[in-house]
Amino acid sequence: MSTLATQPVAAAILVDPNLKIAKKILVLGATSGIAEATCRIWAAEGAQLFLVARNAEKLAAVAADLKLRGAAYVGTAVADLDDTDKHAELLTHAVNSLTGMDIAFLAHGILGDQARGEQDFEHAAQIVYTNFMAPVSLLTWLANYCLQRHAGVIAVLSSVAGERGRKSNYVYGSSKAGLTAFLSGLRNRVDHEGVTVITIKPGPVKTSMTAGMKGAEKFADVNKVAATIVKAIDRRVDTLYVPFLFLPIMFIVRHIPERIFKKLNL
Amino acid sequence: MSQPVVEPQPAKAAPPAFESWGRYPKYNAKIVPLNWQSDFPSVMTGLHGGALPVGLGRSYGDVCLLKDGNLLQTTGMDRMLDFDPETGILTAEAGVSLAKVLDFAVPRGFFLPVTPGTKYVTLGGAIANDIHGKNHEAAGSFGNHVPSFELVRSDGSRRICSPNQNADWFAATIGGMGLTGVITWAQLRLRPIVSRKIDYEGIQFHGIDEFLDLKQRYQDVEYTVSWVDCASTGRNFARGIFMLGEHSKVPGKLKPSSEPKLAFPFDLPGFALNYTTVSLFNSLFFHKQIKAHVKTVEDYEPFFYPLDAVLHWNRMYGKRGLVQFQYAIPWEHAKEGTIEILREIAKSGLASFLAVLKAFGEIPSLGTMSFPQAGIMLALDFPIKPDLTFPLLKRLGDMTVEFGGRLYSAKDAAMTPAQFQAFYPHWQRFAQYRDPLLNSSFWQRVTGGKSTL
Repeated sequence: MSTLATQPVAAAILVDPNLKIAKKILVLGATSGIAEATCRIWAAEGAQLFLVARNAEKLAAVAADLKLRGAAYVGTAVADLDDTDKHAELLTHAVNSLTGMDIAFLAHGILGDQARGEQDFEHAAQIVYTNFMAPVSLLTWLANYCLQRHAGVIAVLSSVAGERGRKSNYVYGSSKAGLTAFLSGLRNRVDHEGVTVITIKPGPVKTSMTAGMKGAEKFADVNKVAATIVKAIDRRVDTLYVPFLFLPIMFIVRHIPERIFKKLNL
Repeated sequence: MSQPVVEPQPAKAAPPAFESWGRYPKYNAKIVPLNWQSDFPSVMTGLHGGALPVGLGRSYGDVCLLKDGNLLQTTGMDRMLDFDPETGILTAEAGVSLAKVLDFAVPRGFFLPVTPGTKYVTLGGAIANDIHGKNHEAAGSFGNHVPSFELVRSDGSRRICSPNQNADWFAATIGGMGLTGVITWAQLRLRPIVSRKIDYEGIQFHGIDEFLDLKQRYQDVEYTVSWVDCASTGRNFARGIFMLGEHSKVPGKLKPSSEPKLAFPFDLPGFALNYTTVSLFNSLFFHKQIKAHVKTVEDYEPFFYPLDAVLHWNRMYGKRGLVQFQYAIPWEHAKEGTIEILREIAKSGLASFLAVLKAFGEIPSLGTMSFPQAGIMLALDFPIKPDLTFPLLKRLGDMTVEFGGRLYSAKDAAMTPAQFQAFYPHWQRFAQYRDPLLNSSFWQRVTGGKSTL
């Protein structure tokens, strides 16, 4: 013990596996229910956070809270992530503010209105744009940033809804299906370069996005989902179904023959 | 006005989505979450039947219910916004629970200035009911420690309220039962501590005179409360344990509390709590403290929150639920009132578990509708036996009027409009500050007021 104490600090970090270095985390869509709950865990661990969200008032409340919960640093930027032209500038600013980036967590997205999307292409296109096109732009920049450094974790909220289109939410589902496929390909491209891509597929979670939906009281607890996500990122898994029960459920859903599936009321 | 929609009645009514802690009465309402400070009043668009902001539903009767209306649940609005370690002033959104405030404050060497008997209440609820604690004599009620808060009305107006700014709205909202608007954030002045420990003393007493002697002798101790056996008559009438506590002055570890592990798993059948079982429990409790005088050091959790260790303990009272009865009678009639009321309770045989007996101090509450007033406070539960409990509560309420006291709205499911208006003579002045879109089943019951939606 006494010899350790005389070592310089950098050596102590190498020696002590329990001594955590503050993670540098970029969070896109930081006011989403799942993102905020996840950030609370990271904040309590003393992480450095850079938060991006569209609504300035909500973002300010979330940032103040995370700072008080123990985050070593909280930077913020108000941005509409549909504005893909500004992504490069925004992401550069974010990683400069963090002086690096260990984890990027993409959590923005919209549920949209399925019924409206069935009649109104503009609305359907909006859902696909926000949930798929904008992440493609962000992921392209982030993947190349990580590749240059041969390091980094990119964790992205997709959805179990992307596993198979159902009449109740296939516009949203297809946007997430595209995202899941993109992530799978990206992982295949960058994995051997030391960059981790994690596809997170939550089932229905109790958040403001799902408030008022049928059966919402039975949805998964957002804090438990967040704890699972933090663990999965630490372990660098490839895909995560959360709650875990959705792994077998979605296996079955994917394997129902189409001639039966098309007749189901899902 | 829209046409009333007649909905088919299900054969077996599902339990309501939101129950008060007493689980009586049970009313259906729609839960509308408020997750952000800007959600109210925009969530009101398209809603019918009025609304009421609610937190964790720890008030007992119908003060947190609105039959066939909308309950604006604030628990998603739980962010902490600012903390000044110099002054101890915490600014937080109104839906944060006092449990979370403690998790934040204790490791930093701070504690709640006033705490109720459960930490599972929200900051907004604590203000709206102007709750009190075991240190009422030293600290007054919760509102005395709230430097300011923001009140948002259904017309979209936002007011910062403090004793100096919008003072009338401040006074109406403290103890205002959520009816004056939605509290979005509030400040709370925390008090410093150096340890989680409480220096505890428990002293047996027999009768109200001994209680009053103890109260007098220990008037400088910060926390005092008594548990009194109200099932016993004769020699054991009004026997109890006088409990004292002070924050330990010996510096100790300031870890946050662990999560409770026990939960009452199911509803006990209605017959499980009867005169025999309750008397037995009370006797056991009284004699658990074998010695007449006990001195020890204990953690703050069992001292302040003995029942929080078992989540959903209210299930012990079964599906029918329980009603609380809690009065504050001014000193002028405090002793005779307490003796008469305890006699009436013992005589009724509707035994309660131990009742809580406490002296309220002289520090005036800041709310127009605040409950605490100097004198004696008694609180107890009754299991619901419809033919017996409500007539008894009517008698006890009338006795409280007669002795110049008042009942606590946050614990009430039975007071009559006449009783309410005698307890709270300023209610009409308060009514001018009620938000026209907000209402509660309690308010409708005690005023006959209807929602204006």
